[in-house]
Amino acid sequence: MAISFDKAFGVHPQAIQLRTERSEVLASNIANADTPGYKAKDFNFSEALSGARHRYTTSLERTNDKHISVSSQMNDGLQFRTPNQPDTGDGNTVDLQAERNEFLQNQVRFNASVQFMTDKISSLKKAIKGGQP
Amino acid sequence: MSSLFNVFDISGSAMSAQSVRLNTTASNLSNANSVSSSVDETYRSRQPVFAAEMSRAQNNMDNTENVGVKVLGIVESDKPLQVEFNPNHPMADKNGYIYKPNVNVMEEMANMISASRSYQTNIQIADAAKKMLSRTLRIGQGQ
Repeated sequence: MAISFDKAFGVHPQAIQLRTERSEVLASNIANADTPGYKAKDFNFSEALSGARHRYTTSLERTNDKHISVSSQMNDGLQFRTPNQPDTGDGNTVDLQAERNEFLQNQVRFNASVQFMTDKISSLKKAIKGGQP
Repeated sequence: MSSLFNVFDISGSAMSAQSVRLNTTASNLSNANSVSSSVDETYRSRQPVFAAEMSRAQNNMDNTENVGVKVLGIVESDKPLQVEFNPNHPMADKNGYIYKPNVNVMEEMANMISASRSYQTNIQIADAAKKMLSRTLRIGQGQ
Protein backbone atom coordinates (compact mmCIF):
# COMPACT_ATOMS: atom_id res chain seq x y z
CA MET A 1 0.00 0.00 0.00
CA ALA A 2 1.54 3.24 -1.12
CA ILE A 3 1.16 6.43 0.78
CA SER A 4 -0.14 9.14 -1.54
CA PHE A 5 0.81 12.61 -0.38
CA ASP A 6 -1.60 14.20 -2.81
CA LYS A 7 -4.49 12.25 -1.34
CA ALA A 8 -3.35 12.79 2.22
CA PHE A 9 -3.18 16.56 1.91
CA GLY A 10 -6.34 16.88 -0.14
CA VAL A 11 -7.21 20.35 -1.23
CA HIS A 12 -5.10 22.16 1.37
CA PRO A 13 -1.91 22.92 -0.61
CA GLN A 14 -3.97 24.67 -3.29
CA ALA A 15 -6.07 26.34 -0.61
CA ILE A 16 -2.93 27.77 1.04
CA GLN A 17 -1.70 29.07 -2.32
CA LEU A 18 -5.04 30.74 -3.02
CA ARG A 19 -5.25 32.16 0.49
CA THR A 20 -1.89 33.88 0.02
CA GLU A 21 -3.03 35.27 -3.34
CA ARG A 22 -6.25 36.51 -1.81
CA SER A 23 -4.34 38.17 1.02
CA GLU A 24 -2.42 40.10 -1.64
CA VAL A 25 -5.65 41.26 -3.32
CA LEU A 26 -7.13 42.34 0.01
CA ALA A 27 -3.91 44.08 1.07
CA SER A 28 -4.04 46.01 -2.19
CA ASN A 29 -7.61 47.10 -1.43
CA ILE A 30 -6.67 48.21 2.07
CA ALA A 31 -3.54 50.02 0.90
CA ASN A 32 -5.57 52.02 -1.62
CA ALA A 33 -8.37 52.97 0.77
CA ASP A 34 -7.49 56.66 0.28
CA THR A 35 -6.63 56.55 -3.43
CA PRO A 36 -9.12 58.39 -5.63
CA GLY A 37 -10.62 56.24 -8.38
CA TYR A 38 -9.43 52.91 -7.00
CA LYS A 39 -11.96 50.07 -7.30
CA ALA A 40 -11.89 47.26 -4.75
CA LYS A 41 -11.27 43.78 -6.17
CA ASP A 42 -11.67 40.22 -5.00
CA PHE A 43 -12.11 36.75 -6.43
CA ASN A 44 -14.57 34.00 -5.71
CA PHE A 45 -12.57 31.63 -3.56
CA SER A 46 -14.53 28.43 -4.11
CA GLU A 47 -14.53 28.89 -7.89
CA ALA A 48 -10.81 29.60 -7.91
CA LEU A 49 -10.20 26.54 -5.75
CA SER A 50 -12.11 24.20 -8.03
CA GLY A 51 -10.21 25.77 -10.95
CA ALA A 52 -6.88 25.26 -9.24
CA ARG A 53 -7.59 21.56 -8.84
CA HIS A 54 -7.75 21.06 -12.61
CA ARG A 55 -4.66 23.03 -13.57
CA TYR A 56 -5.65 25.56 -16.17
CA THR A 57 -2.15 26.26 -17.41
CA THR A 58 -1.38 24.67 -20.77
CA SER A 59 1.64 25.01 -22.97
CA LEU A 60 2.48 23.80 -26.45
CA GLU A 61 5.26 21.32 -26.92
CA ARG A 62 8.33 22.63 -28.72
CA THR A 63 10.02 20.14 -31.01
CA ASN A 64 12.32 22.67 -32.63
CA ASP A 65 14.21 25.64 -31.22
CA LYS A 66 12.60 27.88 -33.83
CA HIS A 67 9.15 27.19 -32.46
CA ILE A 68 7.62 29.94 -30.46
CA SER A 69 6.86 28.88 -26.93
CA VAL A 70 3.23 29.39 -26.09
CA SER A 71 1.56 28.93 -22.79
CA SER A 72 -1.87 30.00 -21.79
CA GLN A 73 -3.45 30.43 -18.44
CA MET A 74 -7.05 30.87 -17.50
CA ASN A 75 -8.12 34.17 -16.09
CA ASP A 76 -8.00 33.81 -12.35
CA GLY A 77 -11.41 35.42 -11.99
CA LEU A 78 -10.43 38.71 -10.39
CA GLN A 79 -13.56 40.85 -10.23
CA PHE A 80 -14.48 44.26 -8.95
CA ARG A 81 -16.38 44.24 -5.72
CA THR A 82 -19.92 45.59 -5.76
CA PRO A 83 -19.76 48.70 -3.59
CA ASN A 84 -22.19 48.75 -0.69
CA GLN A 85 -22.54 52.50 -0.59
CA PRO A 86 -23.00 55.09 -3.31
CA ASP A 87 -20.01 56.85 -4.79
CA THR A 88 -18.34 58.99 -2.14
CA GLY A 89 -17.25 61.52 -4.74
CA ASP A 90 -13.71 60.37 -5.52
CA GLY A 91 -14.60 57.11 -7.27
CA ASN A 92 -13.08 54.93 -4.56
CA THR A 93 -15.07 51.81 -3.65
CA VAL A 94 -13.00 50.46 -0.74
CA ASP A 95 -14.93 49.76 2.44
CA LEU A 96 -12.03 49.59 4.88
CA GLN A 97 -13.89 47.76 7.66
CA ALA A 98 -15.23 45.12 5.29
CA GLU A 99 -11.81 44.59 3.73
CA ARG A 100 -10.13 44.23 7.12
CA ASN A 101 -12.77 41.74 8.12
CA GLU A 102 -12.19 39.72 4.95
CA PHE A 103 -8.43 39.85 5.49
CA LEU A 104 -8.80 38.56 9.04
CA GLN A 105 -11.10 35.73 7.95
CA ASN A 106 -8.74 34.86 5.15
CA GLN A 107 -5.86 34.68 7.63
CA VAL A 108 -7.76 32.43 10.04
CA ARG A 109 -8.74 30.05 7.23
CA PHE A 110 -5.14 30.06 6.04
CA ASN A 111 -4.02 29.07 9.53
CA ALA A 112 -6.59 26.29 9.57
CA SER A 113 -5.18 24.87 6.34
CA VAL A 114 -1.62 25.10 7.64
CA GLN A 115 -2.66 23.35 10.87
CA PHE A 116 -4.36 20.62 8.87
CA MET A 117 -1.20 20.06 6.81
CA THR A 118 0.94 19.89 9.94
CA ASP A 119 -1.36 17.36 11.55
CA LYS A 120 -1.42 15.25 8.40
CA ILE A 121 2.37 15.28 8.20
CA SER A 122 2.70 14.15 11.78
CA SER A 123 0.22 11.31 11.25
CA LEU A 124 2.10 10.26 8.10
CA LYS A 125 5.32 10.27 10.13
CA LYS A 126 3.66 8.03 12.70
CA ALA A 127 2.55 5.65 9.96
CA ILE A 128 6.07 5.51 8.51
CA LYS A 129 7.70 4.89 11.86
CA GLY A 130 5.13 2.25 12.73
CA GLY A 131 4.65 3.47 16.27
CA GLN A 132 8.39 3.44 17.05
CA PRO A 133 9.52 6.57 18.87
CA MET B 1 4.51 32.17 -1.69
CA SER B 2 5.61 35.28 -3.55
CA SER B 3 2.16 36.74 -2.92
CA LEU B 4 2.91 37.23 0.74
CA PHE B 5 6.07 39.13 -0.09
CA ASN B 6 4.02 41.32 -2.42
CA VAL B 7 1.82 42.16 0.56
CA PHE B 8 4.89 43.74 2.16
CA ASP B 9 5.50 45.85 -0.94
CA ILE B 10 1.87 46.95 -1.18
CA SER B 11 1.46 47.77 2.50
CA GLY B 12 4.87 49.41 2.54
CA SER B 13 3.96 51.72 -0.33
CA ALA B 14 0.71 52.63 1.44
CA MET B 15 2.64 53.34 4.65
CA SER B 16 5.06 55.67 2.91
CA ALA B 17 2.18 57.42 1.10
CA GLN B 18 0.36 57.94 4.38
CA SER B 19 3.51 59.26 6.03
CA VAL B 20 3.88 61.79 3.20
CA ARG B 21 0.33 62.84 3.94
CA LEU B 22 1.13 63.11 7.65
CA ASN B 23 4.21 65.18 6.78
CA THR B 24 2.29 67.68 4.66
CA THR B 25 -0.33 67.93 7.41
CA ALA B 26 2.37 68.69 9.97
CA SER B 27 3.82 71.30 7.64
CA ASN B 28 0.40 72.87 7.06
CA LEU B 29 -0.45 72.98 10.75
CA SER B 30 2.88 74.44 11.80
CA ASN B 31 2.58 77.18 9.19
CA ALA B 32 -1.10 77.84 9.80
CA ASN B 33 -0.44 80.96 11.83
CA SER B 34 2.39 82.43 9.83
CA VAL B 35 1.76 85.97 8.60
CA SER B 36 3.31 87.68 5.63
CA SER B 37 3.07 91.01 3.93
CA SER B 38 2.48 89.91 0.33
CA VAL B 39 0.43 87.31 -1.57
CA ASP B 40 3.50 85.67 -3.11
CA GLU B 41 5.32 85.04 0.15
CA THR B 42 2.35 83.51 1.95
CA TYR B 43 2.42 79.83 2.75
CA ARG B 44 -0.18 77.78 0.88
CA SER B 45 -1.76 74.54 2.09
CA ARG B 46 0.00 71.49 0.60
CA GLN B 47 -1.78 68.27 -0.24
CA PRO B 48 -0.31 65.03 -1.64
CA VAL B 49 -1.97 63.38 -4.66
CA PHE B 50 -2.36 59.61 -4.44
CA ALA B 51 -2.69 57.32 -7.40
CA ALA B 52 -3.02 53.57 -7.55
CA GLU B 53 -0.65 53.68 -10.53
CA MET B 54 -3.84 54.10 -12.48
CA SER B 55 -2.84 52.61 -15.82
CA ARG B 56 -1.82 49.40 -14.11
CA ALA B 57 -4.99 49.40 -12.06
CA GLN B 58 -7.14 49.69 -15.15
CA ASN B 59 -5.43 46.75 -16.84
CA ASN B 60 -5.84 44.79 -13.71
CA MET B 61 -8.87 42.83 -14.85
CA ASP B 62 -6.60 40.74 -17.06
CA ASN B 63 -3.73 40.01 -14.74
CA THR B 64 -3.22 39.17 -11.12
CA GLU B 65 -0.96 42.10 -10.45
CA ASN B 66 -1.99 44.12 -7.45
CA VAL B 67 -0.98 47.66 -6.94
CA GLY B 68 0.52 49.74 -4.21
CA VAL B 69 0.00 53.42 -3.66
CA LYS B 70 2.06 56.01 -5.47
CA VAL B 71 2.39 59.63 -4.45
CA LEU B 72 2.12 61.51 -7.73
CA GLY B 73 3.23 64.76 -6.22
CA ILE B 74 2.35 67.47 -3.77
CA VAL B 75 0.10 70.28 -4.93
CA GLU B 76 -0.43 73.65 -3.33
CA SER B 77 -4.02 74.59 -2.67
CA ASP B 78 -5.33 77.52 -4.73
CA LYS B 79 -8.02 78.43 -2.27
CA PRO B 80 -8.00 82.20 -1.63
CA LEU B 81 -5.67 83.37 1.12
CA GLN B 82 -7.03 84.99 4.23
CA VAL B 83 -6.49 88.73 3.84
CA GLU B 84 -6.91 90.78 6.94
CA PHE B 85 -6.92 94.56 7.36
CA ASN B 86 -4.61 95.19 10.29
CA PRO B 87 -2.58 98.37 9.84
CA ASN B 88 -1.00 98.10 13.28
CA HIS B 89 0.58 94.72 12.52
CA PRO B 90 4.36 94.94 11.99
CA MET B 91 4.06 92.77 8.82
CA ALA B 92 1.30 94.87 7.26
CA ASP B 93 1.91 96.07 3.69
CA LYS B 94 1.63 99.71 2.70
CA ASN B 95 -2.15 99.45 2.39
CA GLY B 96 -2.44 98.01 5.88
CA TYR B 97 -3.20 94.38 4.91
CA ILE B 98 -1.64 91.19 6.25
CA TYR B 99 -1.87 87.80 4.50
CA LYS B 100 -2.50 84.51 6.27
CA PRO B 101 -2.19 80.97 4.78
CA ASN B 102 -5.23 79.19 3.34
CA VAL B 103 -4.82 76.30 5.81
CA ASN B 104 -8.04 74.94 7.25
CA VAL B 105 -7.01 73.64 10.68
CA MET B 106 -10.12 71.47 11.09
CA GLU B 107 -9.52 69.77 7.74
CA GLU B 108 -5.90 69.19 8.63
CA MET B 109 -6.76 67.62 11.97
CA ALA B 110 -9.21 65.26 10.26
CA ASN B 111 -6.53 64.48 7.66
CA MET B 112 -4.02 63.74 10.38
CA ILE B 113 -6.30 61.28 12.16
CA SER B 114 -7.23 59.58 8.89
CA ALA B 115 -3.59 59.28 7.82
CA SER B 116 -2.39 57.84 11.11
CA ARG B 117 -5.26 55.34 11.19
CA SER B 118 -4.50 54.20 7.66
CA TYR B 119 -0.82 53.90 8.56
CA GLN B 120 -1.70 51.69 11.53
CA THR B 121 -3.99 49.51 9.43
CA ASN B 122 -1.28 48.91 6.88
CA ILE B 123 1.25 48.02 9.58
CA GLN B 124 -1.24 45.48 10.91
CA ILE B 125 -1.63 44.00 7.43
CA ALA B 126 2.14 43.69 7.01
CA ASP B 127 2.38 42.09 10.45
CA ALA B 128 -0.38 39.61 9.56
CA ALA B 129 1.48 38.72 6.35
CA LYS B 130 4.65 38.16 8.36
CA LYS B 131 2.82 35.79 10.71
CA MET B 132 1.31 33.90 7.77
CA LEU B 133 4.77 33.54 6.19
CA SER B 134 6.38 32.23 9.34
CA ARG B 135 3.54 29.74 9.75
CA THR B 136 4.09 28.47 6.23
CA LEU B 137 7.75 27.99 7.00
CA ARG B 138 6.84 25.88 10.00
CA ILE B 139 4.48 23.51 8.16
CA GLY B 140 5.06 19.96 9.32
CA GLN B 141 7.33 20.83 12.20
CA GLY B 142 6.76 19.61 15.72
CA GLN B 143 6.05 16.12 17.08
